[in-house]
Amino acid sequence: MIYRETGQFKATYDADQAIFPIAQDRWFVWAVMAVAFLVIPFVIDDYWAAAVFLPLLTYGLAALGLNLLTGYCGQVSLGTGAFLAVGAFSTFKLVTMFPEMNFIVVVLLSGCVTAAVGVVFGLPSGRIKGFYLAVATLAAQFFLVWLFNKVGWFFNYSPTGQITMPPVSVFGFEITGPSATPAASYLFCLTFVVVFALLAKNIVRGRIGREWMAIRDMDIAAELIGIRPLRAKLTAFAVSSFYIGVAGSLYFAVWLGAAEPTDTFGIDQSFLVLFMIIVGGLGSVLGSFLGAAFITLMPIVLKNTMVGGLGMEVVTAKHVEISLIGVLIVFILIVEPHGFARLWQIAKEKLRKWPFPY
Amino acid sequence: MSIETIFFFETVVSGLMTGVMYALVALGFVLIFKASGLVNFAQGVMALFAALALYDFISPDGWVYALFGFTFPVWAGIILTIGVMIILAWLIERLMLQHLVKQEPIILFMASIGLAFVLEGVGDILFGSDVKPLDIGIPQGAWDWAFDHGFYVEKLDLYAAAVAAVLVTVLAVFFHSTRIGRALRAVADDHQAALSVGINLRTIWVIVWSVAGVVALVAGIMWGSKSGVQFSLSLIALKALPVLILGGFTSVPGAIIGGLIIGVGETLAAVYVGPYVGGAIENWFAYMLALVFLFFRPQGLFGERIIERV
Repeated sequence: MIYRETGQFKATYDADQAIFPIAQDRWFVWAVMAVAFLVIPFVIDDYWAAAVFLPLLTYGLAALGLNLLTGYCGQVSLGTGAFLAVGAFSTFKLVTMFPEMNFIVVVLLSGCVTAAVGVVFGLPSGRIKGFYLAVATLAAQFFLVWLFNKVGWFFNYSPTGQITMPPVSVFGFEITGPSATPAASYLFCLTFVVVFALLAKNIVRGRIGREWMAIRDMDIAAELIGIRPLRAKLTAFAVSSFYIGVAGSLYFAVWLGAAEPTDTFGIDQSFLVLFMIIVGGLGSVLGSFLGAAFITLMPIVLKNTMVGGLGMEVVTAKHVEISLIGVLIVFILIVEPHGFARLWQIAKEKLRKWPFPY
Repeated sequence: MSIETIFFFETVVSGLMTGVMYALVALGFVLIFKASGLVNFAQGVMALFAALALYDFISPDGWVYALFGFTFPVWAGIILTIGVMIILAWLIERLMLQHLVKQEPIILFMASIGLAFVLEGVGDILFGSDVKPLDIGIPQGAWDWAFDHGFYVEKLDLYAAAVAAVLVTVLAVFFHSTRIGRALRAVADDHQAALSVGINLRTIWVIVWSVAGVVALVAGIMWGSKSGVQFSLSLIALKALPVLILGGFTSVPGAIIGGLIIGVGETLAAVYVGPYVGGAIENWFAYMLALVFLFFRPQGLFGERIIERV
């Protein structure tokens, strides 16, 4: 009854092609935006920023990037951790080499560097498909992390091999470093995420996105109708890596502040982000964020209930947590292999008839 | 022979032996992939799990001793562990595989990573996460005969190679000459056709996962005897992946030959190239090597030819 598009007439092509053609969706999005921009910054504190919102935003952006590649173009990549590392290390190098450069430009440039690296490691996709390609992207994962560990230039020859983010301000607000306010860091990330989510929404319904989806559904058929497979795949790798690079930049600079290649950007990160898009829903922008929310929040909830609620020892809780995460993932895959995005879809369809289903 | 030549041959031999170890893990992957179309990332953790279980049956530190005050002899421990792996296979089929029939390969892959998490957590809770020296009486140290002739060859590696050879032979005979083996091959060939001639798919899955569990146990014993039973054992799954894409996901000989190529290539590169670029290249070298092969044969050396139709 409430969620019903009856009576919403569209008089122009623009209105017909709007991203959210149904008014209720539009209001919902505006409401979420209002809460995210106008309410959360005033109530956020250090714990919530570091434990919930910054991980949610950065992982959400990374998941969105991977979803463009895997969900829309059908190319499975296990190199996300390494691409995050490329973004992070480019940010570090750019900030230390050109301290006066605007940080927004730094983040975007880091994305561009990652896009270039992504294209190079996407080249095998012209020849290799499916699981062989997924394993081939592991080459990127291990090679890049090794590179960032071994070549001193990348971490400015610091004796520990760690990279640490110097404090940086944007428009007079400090957003990185220990004295940055959580609200400023949060808003900075949020702006990036919103802009890029909007961009992604538009890319995937435009020409490029349709090319990707054609390749995903059947690459030979796509080739026959005149789509150049290699170009489509490489654009997917480029755009996806750009997103992941930006996410990596924010992940390192704003959220963590310091990073070390092996632990921070290991293969676990690749699997984690892949989990997010599978649980959230392949080929869905919204799903990327739902998945990111689930995967980042679930361990916190589990840990708090087990250590805080049940009084379990921290070490035991850690092991139980790993098993439970595994169980939950298998459970979700069994119950809803198309992810939360599909659940959301089903919920919307049910809502149209609610409360008088016929 | 000069020292360099001897050293070169020693490196090659040790590479071959490492390759055998990789092949043992890759073998488990191939078995499961053929039967259920699932790239089982949990194979490495299964090896860890099996080794941990075996350790607990036979070692005085294990909880069998703590609970009942005795330990099993090695042979009984191995039989019991095989039992554990069969129960595990049955549970996996019951709780997971059965519900995931006809899903996309990537979903299955993710589910197997979930399974790896579960096994890892449960293994840690049940058996503890400290390094355990597994000793089941495989002799260690240099092989005397070769040592007298100026070579250094590890005895354990020889045993591993012998065991791997026996295992592959047994598997080959099993696949070719028994009724179950024929059913397994039928399932690998075409699920629906196999179903329609009355093969029980679910029983086959339990059998295949049990066989993969036994292979994992062998791999776990070998790696465990070499470097102790510890969490890093589960990471050999990551070493087996390049072996698989090199050899082809569907081929048992591919897994063996792929393992040997990767083992030798990796060891040679680590010894002769590694020092010039800062070392530790064995983490990625295998992948790069596999990638080079893939450019010429996208389905791996022995993989089935990919025929695509619109």
